[in-house]
Amino acid sequence: MPNSTLDKAKRGNPITVVKLPSGNIKSQLIRLGISEGDRLKCVQRLPGGTIVVQKNRQEIAVGFDLAKKIHVIIQ
Amino acid sequence: MFMKTDNVVNLENDKIISPLKTLIEPEKSQKVVLVGNPNVGKSCFFNFMSGMYVDVSNFPGTTVSITKSHFQGNDVFDTPGIYGVGSFNDEEKVARNIILSADVILNVINALNLDRDLFLTLQLIDMGKKVSVLLNFSDELKKRKIKIDTKKLSDLLGVEVYETTAVDKLGFDKLGEAVNAARIGKQELDLHFLLNQVITKSVSQSDSLLILEGDEAIAQKHNVACGTPDERERIYIGRRNRVNEIVDIVEYEDSKKGELFNHLGRLSLNPITGIPILLVMLVLMYFFIGDLVSQRIVNFTENKIGKDFLEYNVKSFTGHYTPVNVDVTLHDEKNSYISKKTFSFPSGISDNPTLQKEFSELSKQKGARTDFYFQNLFVKLLFGEFGVITMTVTYLLFLLLPLVIAFYFVMALLEDSGYLPRLATMLDRSFNKIGLNGKAVIPIMLGFGCITMANITTRMLGTEREKSIVTAILQFVIPCSAQLAVIAALLSGAGFAPMMLYISVITTVLVVLSTVLNKMLPGESSPLLLDLPMIRFPRISNVFKKTFFRSFGFMKEASVWFFIGALAVGILEISGMLKVWQDVLAPFTTTWLKLPKEAANAFVMGMVRRDFGAAGLFHMNLSIMQKTVSIITITLFVPCIASFVVMLKERGWKEGMMIWFGTWIAAFLVGGIVAQIVI
Ligand SMILES: Nc1nc2c(ncn2[C@@H]2O[C@H](COP(=O)(O)OP(=O)(O)O)[C@@H](O)[C@H]2O)c(=O)[nH]1
Ligand SMILES: [Mg+2]
Repeated sequence: MPNSTLDKAKRGNPITVVKLPSGNIKSQLIRLGISEGDRLKCVQRLPGGTIVVQKNRQEIAVGFDLAKKIHVIIQ
Repeated sequence: MFMKTDNVVNLENDKIISPLKTLIEPEKSQKVVLVGNPNVGKSCFFNFMSGMYVDVSNFPGTTVSITKSHFQGNDVFDTPGIYGVGSFNDEEKVARNIILSADVILNVINALNLDRDLFLTLQLIDMGKKVSVLLNFSDELKKRKIKIDTKKLSDLLGVEVYETTAVDKLGFDKLGEAVNAARIGKQELDLHFLLNQVITKSVSQSDSLLILEGDEAIAQKHNVACGTPDERERIYIGRRNRVNEIVDIVEYEDSKKGELFNHLGRLSLNPITGIPILLVMLVLMYFFIGDLVSQRIVNFTENKIGKDFLEYNVKSFTGHYTPVNVDVTLHDEKNSYISKKTFSFPSGISDNPTLQKEFSELSKQKGARTDFYFQNLFVKLLFGEFGVITMTVTYLLFLLLPLVIAFYFVMALLEDSGYLPRLATMLDRSFNKIGLNGKAVIPIMLGFGCITMANITTRMLGTEREKSIVTAILQFVIPCSAQLAVIAALLSGAGFAPMMLYISVITTVLVVLSTVLNKMLPGESSPLLLDLPMIRFPRISNVFKKTFFRSFGFMKEASVWFFIGALAVGILEISGMLKVWQDVLAPFTTTWLKLPKEAANAFVMGMVRRDFGAAGLFHMNLSIMQKTVSIITITLFVPCIASFVVMLKERGWKEGMMIWFGTWIAAFLVGGIVAQIVI
């Protein structure tokens, strides 16, 4: 699924980050290791839409409202 | 991947180094600062280097302020964890300032998360700081068969890299060397030129970098234009790419080891399995704290050691030399009343040997309870029923201490397992409804340990709005461990209903309070963005150490207040002021809260310490429902003095006072409504 957002990801989906929301939050995401073009894996989607992604060995929880603003390609 | 290794400069021989830097004599005491992402082991290093103790926990946000100490003639500082230098939140601002003034930076990184941690490392190097890198968690590398070429990493960064395992103190012998060998690393060429345009005599390289990256406070300091968000993004993306290149070069081999705990971590995240896990933990906690410690152990320590042994002996010793009346009440095994005899010793017990003999025989019988009534006011103040010496010592050592130890122990287990950030993630959506994100669960959980401490942890939250909401929740509804201890003891044996009543009333207040605040406060809350530490078995040595230091710290702080509080209440009582206060509040206490008039004492004491307030209820003859009402009231009532002061400092006078008075209203309103319904 090209042109999707992170909140749509399902457990186990590999994901490529296309576009991050702008502003401070973008810088924060880049610092944590999530930048445009990166490949992540969705390891958990909680009811309500909180997403847990994995980049290499690190797991990062992303709230629903933020996940909605992260544009991704879901494979 | 192709690495532009030639595109970096070594700054050691560059004009960029200010002449001042090279003038620093090696003899002079240096400012050594431990810097790193959250949860990488900085505090472990600090504890070792300083011989001091600061908390070590398996979640981000434990260290929120800076601690200073000494190491081999240098000053060493522990700092809050950050993902980059900047001013996105309070922790970062605190850390940024100390980094700017540092001589040497020991950058601690987690070897398992190189790609995350090296971002900060490169930024520190870009700042032109003298850095040594401590590659921590090397034990996990071995376990998972990951190899990191430290030599190459060191070449690429241009600074020394030392492998360490902080929990096992491995590599600690190299710390002195790491400080001395710290040097300025290699910087990317593009950024180097960019920086050169900003650097002047008065603007250092580190300030320049932060200005380019859009730090307004620093730009204002030098009165120059600050970088745009776009510029910052460009620098950030460049740095991120370099990190990825470096990681590709230095790290190889990965295996699926450690997946078991990962799996456990995921189970605790998913509500379907996570909620049962949470419930099981709560039940275990209940059995440990509510049953084993607060009933069996405390029953023994408080009654057998505290009352029957210590207080009895101190009081009868005092009674030998001063006028006293003594009641001895006999009970049978089932604790029902048999008989009571009053002895009167107008000139002290030893003055009347015959009566003394009879008294001591009777009072030593099984099931005998002895109450001393001293005539002398001063003696009464010190050794009476609420005596500063007798009551306080029993409460502190034999009632509170065992419970507080138990609470801290459980908290330490939770903290060390890495469970809390997962709980935060699981609860995120529910917290969204009250204007918070899941992270708020961390200060709230810590509040069950100590509200004062938790007040400071609110700094980890993203916006002022979230901090206000959580601070209010902490002062209004969260009982601290000491208070929980007394509550647990008061409700022990009362059965299920009062406990459920208490929990549901407090939860209702929590929901109403936070919903109202969420509606009232302007602005928006920040979304959840939380890195999850590894889940793992708590380290028993760390758990014990933490429990010990916290309990010790608690006793040190609490004892003083208990003695002062007991003295104050004693004086109020003797001077008759307590009666006045009781009478003033009487309409409230007796008709609205339906408690005996003396319950007003608990509120005086509760202003000093919450647990002390709750403890004041102990001596009263209350029905179960009266007990429930009074602990609801005391829980909602004002925070203790220490927490009040910290709250004022963190949140300012206006907000602090509003919360403080708000708790009065909430306590009496809710307590009263419950009383009207159930009593
Ligand atoms: N396995 C392992 N765990 C470590 C190591 N160093 C620290 N830890 C653990 O990592 C967690 C974070 O440690 P702490 O010193 O509080 O990190 P800080 O947030 O950087 O101050 C604690 O649970 C430590 O026990 C290490 O070398 N190996
Ligand atoms: Mg720390």
